[in-house]
This record gives sequence, C-alpha cells and structure tokens, in this order.
Amino acid sequence: MSHSQATDKMMVELRDLNKWYGEFHVLKNINLEVKQGEKIVICGPSGSGKSTMIRCINHLEEHQKGDIIVNGIPLNEDIKNIEAIRKEVGMVFQHFNLFPHLTVLENCVLAPIWVKKMPRKQAEAEAMELLERVKIPDQALKYPGQLSGGQQQRVAIARSLCMNPDVMLFDEPTSALDPEMIKEVLDVMIELATEGMTMLCVTHEMGFAKTVADRVIFMDGGQIVEENEPHEFFNNPQHERTQLFLSQILQH
Amino acid sequence: MKYELQPTLPPPANMIGVIGWLRKNLFNGPVNSIATIVVGYFLISFLVPTIQWIFIDSDWVGDSRDACTSGGACWVFIANRLDQFLYGFYPEAEHWRVQIAFIILIGSIIWLVLPKTPKKGLVATLLLVVYPVVAFFLLYGNAFGLTRVETHLWGGLSLTLVLAVVGIVASLPLGILLALGRQSDMPIVKSVCVIFIEIWRGVPLITVLFMASVMLPLFFPEGMSFDKLLRALIGITLFQSAYMAEVIRGGLQAIPKGQYEAADALGLGYWQKMILIIMPQALKLMIPGIVNTFIALFKDTSLVLIIGLFDVLAIGQAANQDPEWIGYSTESYLFVALLFWMFCFSMSRYSQHLEKALNTGHGNRA
Ligand SMILES: Nc1ncnc2c1ncn2[C@@H]1O[C@H](COP(=O)(O)OP(=O)(O)OP(=O)(O)O)[C@@H](O)[C@H]1O
Ligand SMILES: [Mg+2]
Repeated sequence: MSHSQATDKMMVELRDLNKWYGEFHVLKNINLEVKQGEKIVICGPSGSGKSTMIRCINHLEEHQKGDIIVNGIPLNEDIKNIEAIRKEVGMVFQHFNLFPHLTVLENCVLAPIWVKKMPRKQAEAEAMELLERVKIPDQALKYPGQLSGGQQQRVAIARSLCMNPDVMLFDEPTSALDPEMIKEVLDVMIELATEGMTMLCVTHEMGFAKTVADRVIFMDGGQIVEENEPHEFFNNPQHERTQLFLSQILQH
Repeated sequence: MKYELQPTLPPPANMIGVIGWLRKNLFNGPVNSIATIVVGYFLISFLVPTIQWIFIDSDWVGDSRDACTSGGACWVFIANRLDQFLYGFYPEAEHWRVQIAFIILIGSIIWLVLPKTPKKGLVATLLLVVYPVVAFFLLYGNAFGLTRVETHLWGGLSLTLVLAVVGIVASLPLGILLALGRQSDMPIVKSVCVIFIEIWRGVPLITVLFMASVMLPLFFPEGMSFDKLLRALIGITLFQSAYMAEVIRGGLQAIPKGQYEAADALGLGYWQKMILIIMPQALKLMIPGIVNTFIALFKDTSLVLIIGLFDVLAIGQAANQDPEWIGYSTESYLFVALLFWMFCFSMSRYSQHLEKALNTGHGNRA
C-alpha cells in the first residue's frame, strides 16, 4: 500500500458535470476533486460512462452542464483554454492510437516540436530519455506496426510524457493487450505513479488499483456510486452494486 | 510393406513446356478449346491486316501525299504535321521555349518517380511552386526579353499538357480544402462546400466549358476581355476539384477516429493535425482514386475543342480538313489516341507501383 503523495494543490475539479448524447443522459452530476500527485482508479461496468468522464477532462467530449477546472484553468468555449489544458493533460488510449506513418521517435517528438515549439535536437534527446524509461530505446527508429502491443502502449505513454504533462489520463490501457504484455505496461504505470504523477486511470486491473491508487471510484449508470480508499473499497464495499461488480470481476 | 526409396521423376510431358502451357490454359476441355479457336480466329483475322496496314504496307517518308502509294497507313501525313500536333500554332522560332518547359517538367517528374534520387521534397516543392511561374513566362513570354505568344496560338499536345497539368495541380489543393470543409463542424462552411461540390458534380464538363466561354464574358463589362484559355482553365479546375474533393473525403473517412483523438489529446491544432497526421495517411489511401480522376481529366481536356481551343485532338481534326491531305483521318485519330494512351497508361502504372511501394514500407496500421 502506497502512502499518498498528494499535495494540497487542486489538479482536476469536476463540479456537477452533466453530459448528454442527444436524449441520453450519460453523465449525471459528477463531482470529483483530484489533488496534485493523487492517483485515482475508476472502474465500473461497461457503458457506465467512465471513458466519457475522463474524455471530458481534455475536451475530447463536450460537456453540457457543470464545470471542469484543470490546474486552475476553466474548461470553456475558449479555444485558448482548451489548448492550455491539453498541454497539461496527457492521455493514453485503449488502442494506443500511435501514428502509423511515423517512427516511434517521430511519434514522440511531434507534439513537443509543433505544439511547444521545442528545437528538434532537444525534443529528440528528451524523447530518447523517456523511451529509455519505458524500456524501449532500441525501437526508436521502427514504425509502430513493427512493435508488439505492449511495446506500442509503452510508446504511447512515452509520447504523452514528452509533453511533460501535469496530469495523465489512462482509458483502459491494458485491456487490448495479450496477458503476457499487461505487466510490462503496468510496471511503467506503477513507476510513473511512484514518481508522483497525478493519474486518473480507468482500469479493471485490481492489483494495480491496490498498489497505487489513493482512491477508487466506482461508476454505474453515469454516476459515481462509490468512492473509497482501495483497502476499504475492496474489503468493505458499501453499495450493493459495487459488491456485485467486485464479485463479478474478482471471479476471474 | 518395406520402405523403398522412390526415384524423383520429371513431370509428364503434357505438364511442361509450350504444349503443357497450351493444354492447361487454352485447351482444357472441349468448351475452352472451341472458345480458344473462335477467339483466335477473330484475333488473327483482325490483327494481321491491322499490323500490315500500320507497319508493313505503310509509308513513312516524303513530303506530300504522293509519297503514300503502298495502300497502307500514310504516316507521312503525321510526320509533316508533327509540329502542329505538338505545338499548335505556336511560332516555329519559339518552339524551343515549349521544349524547355516540357523537358523541365518531365525531368523533375522522372526525378520524383525514380526510387533512389535524393532531395525529392525540394524537387517537388520547386515543381509545385517555382515551376508554374517559370513555365508561364517561358510559354507566354512578354518578359525577360521573350516575345509574347498569345494563348490563342497555343495548341496541340503542349496545350493538352498545359490544361491537364494546371487542372491537376490546382484541383488537388482545392479539392482537399473542399473535402475538409465538407467535414467541418461549422455549418456555413459545410453547406457552402456541399453545395459547391454537388453543383459541379451534377453538370457535364462540356456545359462548364460552354458557360466559361459564352456566359462568363456577359458578366464582365464591355471591352474587358478575359483570356479564353484562362477561362477554360478555371472551369476545368473548379469542375475537377469537386470530383477530387469526393475522392479525398473517402480517404479521410477511412482514417480511424483514434488518430484524430490522439492528435487532439496531444494539443495539436486543427491544421497541424490535418497536415501532419491525417492527410499523410489519407493521401496514401487515396492514390488510386486521385490517379483515376487525373486520367479522366487528362482525357476530358480534349473537350476544349468545342470552345475553339486547339488541343491535340482539335489539331488532328483540323488537319483532316486540309484539302491536301484529305482521306487520312484514320491516321491522325490513331496517332492522337496513341498520345493519350501513353500518358494515361504511364499514370496508371505509376499509381500501381506507388501503392505497392507504400504498402510494404511502413508495416501495419496500429
Ligand atoms: N458518441 C456517442 N454517441 C452516443 N452514445 C454514446 C457515444 N459514446 C458513448 N455512448 C454511450 O454512452 C455510454 C457511456 O459510454 P462510455 O464509453 O463512457 O462507457 P464506459 O464506461 O467507458 O464503458 P466501457 O467499459 O465499455 O469502455 C454508453 O452507453 C455508450 O453507449
Ligand atoms: Mg470505455
């Protein structure tokens, strides 16, 4: 069990967040505060709105009601704010979403060069350092299609880290991976957690949740149903739906 | 049973060699054999006289129709008119200008097409940005000590190439913008693009050309003339860009949503996302469609003859009217067809090659 690295600084705030897809009320009054250095694990059944919620944080999805504030910047119609927030928020997707026409290194330096206007030399040096941290510096000149799923996901993590984000969002980063590759990705995420990164992870890897999470959040039907620190969450779930969900995923 | 080493035997004679091939491909069964014989009969009875007419009984040298005595094709006619076929009415003393423009164009294209040449990016940029200016001054003149050659004198294959190259080069970026506009979230941009595309795709090129040559001048004040070639070029480009836009839209739709999201999440702006991430991947998928449109455009340029521009086909028709050479129109049509075929066929082969090269180069899509 990790002791919390959370500071007092508020990193992500969701206040009365509501979202609709047409008539369908997909997020209902979500309230969540994430402090700098905190690690949040989000779980819940399929279709409960987990992806939608974290995708609202960097405005991949638009919300209709409520406030989102990232590192003090309110997320509103202002393009400037959206751009500023996206610079501070890294995101890792279930299907990696690497750019297949660019090499691993080019994938990593693209955003620093074009968004942060960093000189190419410096961007490449920093990218190589990060590729070393995710343990694939030797693949830098390959194309994503030539790597295994686990390697691709580690590149995707390095690519996000190259922007030097304050918050990392993970949307089921291991659920598209073969079992033998899950560990190599989780190891990288655990290391990142120990270094003090603020993280919001949608994942059903309960081992990971127990190791790094400060809080586990359970969502169902577009709401946060239960929120607790991992030990309590797993051993003493309050809500009936949480108990059902846990019994289902822990059977495996 | 005792195991015995079996000898390696050659295949039976009916499987190998010419006979084997014939058996397998042309005479495997009674129906196929009959089909082969019937088709073969017609092929031979058509091909033999054609080849005889084109190559064997034909006349190649001379300077009047009196040289054509053998009863076959009279290529003397084409040879005598070759300058017109290539340059139209462009003054003979200035032909070198067209030649230089053509050589630079073909040279840079070959440079880009060959697999191992360096600095392709630079050459491509020069070709797209600097070359049009250079070519314009070379062909039109009126600057740098070059005499002016009015566009109504341009003609023949060189005019066909001008129409095709300008149409191709200008319609691609315009088509990309239209396709992006059609995908846009902004309702006004979107509807303008949709209306534009659907209007141009709904009319035949021939009407566009008529409108460009007959109607457009009505909207301009008296006395203000607007070059006829330029009008045709604008018409062709707008027409073509609508088709190009649809090809490009198809390519854009094939790019997975995750690519857009990853680019957004990294903080790339709209144009950065499109230029760096989406377009390079989409263009690769669009090559066959783009080349098909190019080929269609190349052939469609011959329609300009109805508005009085003398492309290579119009030159051929004009030559057929020449009383001195009357009766040799087959030769001129055949020659024009061969010219068109050479260009279109090379484009199509090159696109096939490109597709293959790009498919093996980068591994699988993630
Ligand atoms: N673009 C969309 N349009 C309409 N409905 C959508 C859209 N995207 C998601 N939904 C719906 O919103 C609900 C929540 O989706 P979301 O992807 O957030 O669920 P999730 O909790 O991430 O599920 P999973 O575990 O399957 O990823 C689902 O019922 C889904 O069908
Ligand atoms: Mg999801």
